[in-house]
Amino acid sequence: MAFDKMELRDIEVWDGNFAAAQAMRQCQIDVVSAYPITPSTPIVEGYAKFLADNYVEGEFVMVESEHAAMSGCIGAAAAGGRVATATSSQGFALMVETLYQASGMRLPIVLNVVNRALAAPLNVNGDHSDMYLGRDCGWIQLDAYCPQDAYDLNFIAFKVAEDHDVRLPCMVHQDGFMTSHTAQGVHTLDDDTAYSFVGDFKPMNDMLDFEHPVTHGVQTEEDWHFEHKARQHHDLMTKVMPKIQAAFDAFEKLSGRKYNIVEKYDMDDADVAVVCMGTSVETAREVATEMREKGIKAGVVGLRVVRPFPFFEIQEALKDVKAIAALDRSSPNGAPGMLFNEIAGALFNTDTKALLSGYIYGLGGRDLTKRHLTDLYTELQANADAGKVLTPLQQFIGVRGPKLQFL
Amino acid sequence: MSEMKKIKNLKEFSTSADRFEGANLLCPGCAHSIIVREVLNATNDDLVLSASTGCLEVCTAVYPYTSWDASWIHIGFENGSTAVAGAEAMHKALKRKGRLKQPERNPKFISFAGDGASYDIGFQWISGCMERGHNMMHVVLDNEVYANTGGQRSSSTPIGSSTTTAPAGRVSYGEKKNKKDMVSIMASHGIPYAAQVAPNKWKDMVKKIQHGMAVEGPVFINAVSPCTTEWKFDPKDTMLLTDLATDSLVFPLYEIIDGHELNITYRPKNVIPVEEYLAAQGRFKHLFKDEYKHLIKEWQERVDANWEYLNRREEARV
Ligand SMILES: Cc1ncc(C[n+]2csc(CCOP(=O)(O)OP(=O)(O)O)c2C)c(N)n1
Ligand code: SF4
Repeated sequence: MAFDKMELRDIEVWDGNFAAAQAMRQCQIDVVSAYPITPSTPIVEGYAKFLADNYVEGEFVMVESEHAAMSGCIGAAAAGGRVATATSSQGFALMVETLYQASGMRLPIVLNVVNRALAAPLNVNGDHSDMYLGRDCGWIQLDAYCPQDAYDLNFIAFKVAEDHDVRLPCMVHQDGFMTSHTAQGVHTLDDDTAYSFVGDFKPMNDMLDFEHPVTHGVQTEEDWHFEHKARQHHDLMTKVMPKIQAAFDAFEKLSGRKYNIVEKYDMDDADVAVVCMGTSVETAREVATEMREKGIKAGVVGLRVVRPFPFFEIQEALKDVKAIAALDRSSPNGAPGMLFNEIAGALFNTDTKALLSGYIYGLGGRDLTKRHLTDLYTELQANADAGKVLTPLQQFIGVRGPKLQFL
Repeated sequence: MSEMKKIKNLKEFSTSADRFEGANLLCPGCAHSIIVREVLNATNDDLVLSASTGCLEVCTAVYPYTSWDASWIHIGFENGSTAVAGAEAMHKALKRKGRLKQPERNPKFISFAGDGASYDIGFQWISGCMERGHNMMHVVLDNEVYANTGGQRSSSTPIGSSTTTAPAGRVSYGEKKNKKDMVSIMASHGIPYAAQVAPNKWKDMVKKIQHGMAVEGPVFINAVSPCTTEWKFDPKDTMLLTDLATDSLVFPLYEIIDGHELNITYRPKNVIPVEEYLAAQGRFKHLFKDEYKHLIKEWQERVDANWEYLNRREEARV
């Protein structure tokens, strides 16, 4: 029985979860193996309903945990077909062992991660703790700022992950609730156009080709392990970015929507810049525009690709600014924030004299308001004027109680 | 359903297919390799296999070599069953979509795992696979210990066995708990077939594996796998140990159909005393000290009671 096409309006009002589910439908996933968790659950529920309504042809395996969900995805992907799932937070944490296994076996699985805080204390709302937990797992990580991005980046994810030169799994991140549960207008692709962008799945070393049996997930010792890991890292660092750029270019041709590895906003002549991810990018852009009306040359740098880290693009984007704030939506637990560290790492050994400060914000779903960002840009300008960081290097935005700061 | 493979005699059986190579790093005398060969030799069908982390896995796919001439995957310690379930789901999906490369082939999906990977850490994954009804077989290589990590207890380790985490000592006789009844637990999922097998009873093994492969749905097989290293016996005696296990009824052979119909498939003509089984292994050596003699008596009583219980279940047909 063939599946039915779905008629979509040019613009649909979707939240980030449904946008991701629609993209998964249009990519015609062969197997989804999944486990529910707030706030990502509606993604796989969406796929299940599409299956129930014959808008997709495939297998939905509702397993007993997230660890099993990714285990099922790994087995299914090794068998040679298009595979995806979704998770958040504790589910992501339970998956971590298998995330390394998926990337180490070079399996092109797509994982929608709806970012959420990690317990304890238990909290179902959005922050980037799980995104950061996943950053060394060998996956490509793309970041969506809004439902439109969540839709579009799923197509990019399959296109890049399944490329035979890449063969690495890919996560698409979106902010819990702020993106996943907030409906907005989403420009759509029709089913045929969307599918033709990702194309048919081309298996490689698949377990269901009985003329060519394969061994997946071997044991290595010190004689080979380093080569495997080094090759994976090297491929991530050298092969992935050009493929992402090519996919962005092809997607722009198809949809008119342009994505960049690093999203620069008003950066051409910026003196002060905020570097951030997720929904805060859009808020920061709005505030940057307002700051310019007040005479502060403000800009925003949004990370679109978290892994591999866009080292050179970040250097390029920040080369002329005087003061930078790296915004981390995760508690780094004993070190400056991840973005702070990575921006610092990228800028070291360059000619930039930019002053860098780190801000931790929005944990457990706490809002990042325009007022916060106005104050922040004002602080950055003061740093720029003084030629030194006047405030502590690491600060918390909007946390109650006696002021918490360090460094 | 493809033709069931006909097997005339042991010689033909043992040489009839070589999808698991003799070249591997398992200890001499390890029963794991014998069981795997017997399972694979019972069929000519194409195979999709997995192994969970453990002796079998680390000894048979050490890059750049592999002992497996069939599709094979290892993910981790606990999730080999779900890997196979995922592959089985993909097979179904691609079949429906007409995208199988060799649509005429009828593959079987089998996961191999140790007792640690099955009774303990992988329990949840296997239970999930059984409950969801994947068309697959899970085979436990039950050596009653975590062998690959050097002999720690598992929930399959029998009472009185000395292991590194439940060692016999001045005030301890080793493992204190009774072995988990995994076959009954798995059968309780209502799966079409669960069975206990032993490599020495190869005809019984072939019958059960072929039965398991012929049914639609999940199958659970528990195979006794004497471990020279942790049971502490001479590598040449693997089959002797297996004989002692089955003929003392320490490891009875039976099957459970559709979760309830129990059939005993081997009734030894001469049942030997449990003591002989225990005496043949270093892991039980301390039980023969005077202060622990009562444990051997208890062992015998436990095995007798279990045999009685199995017979009653067989008669009751419930
Ligand atoms: C998550 C995890 N925990 C622990 C281990 C360490 N480990 C590897 S194999 C093994 C024991 C395997 O025992 P069993 O499943 O009985 O197989 P055997 O080696 O006895 O055949 C352990 C504890 C691991 N690989 N992964
Ligand atoms: S330790 Fe035991 S189970 Fe492991 S390879 Fe040796 S004999 Fe086999």
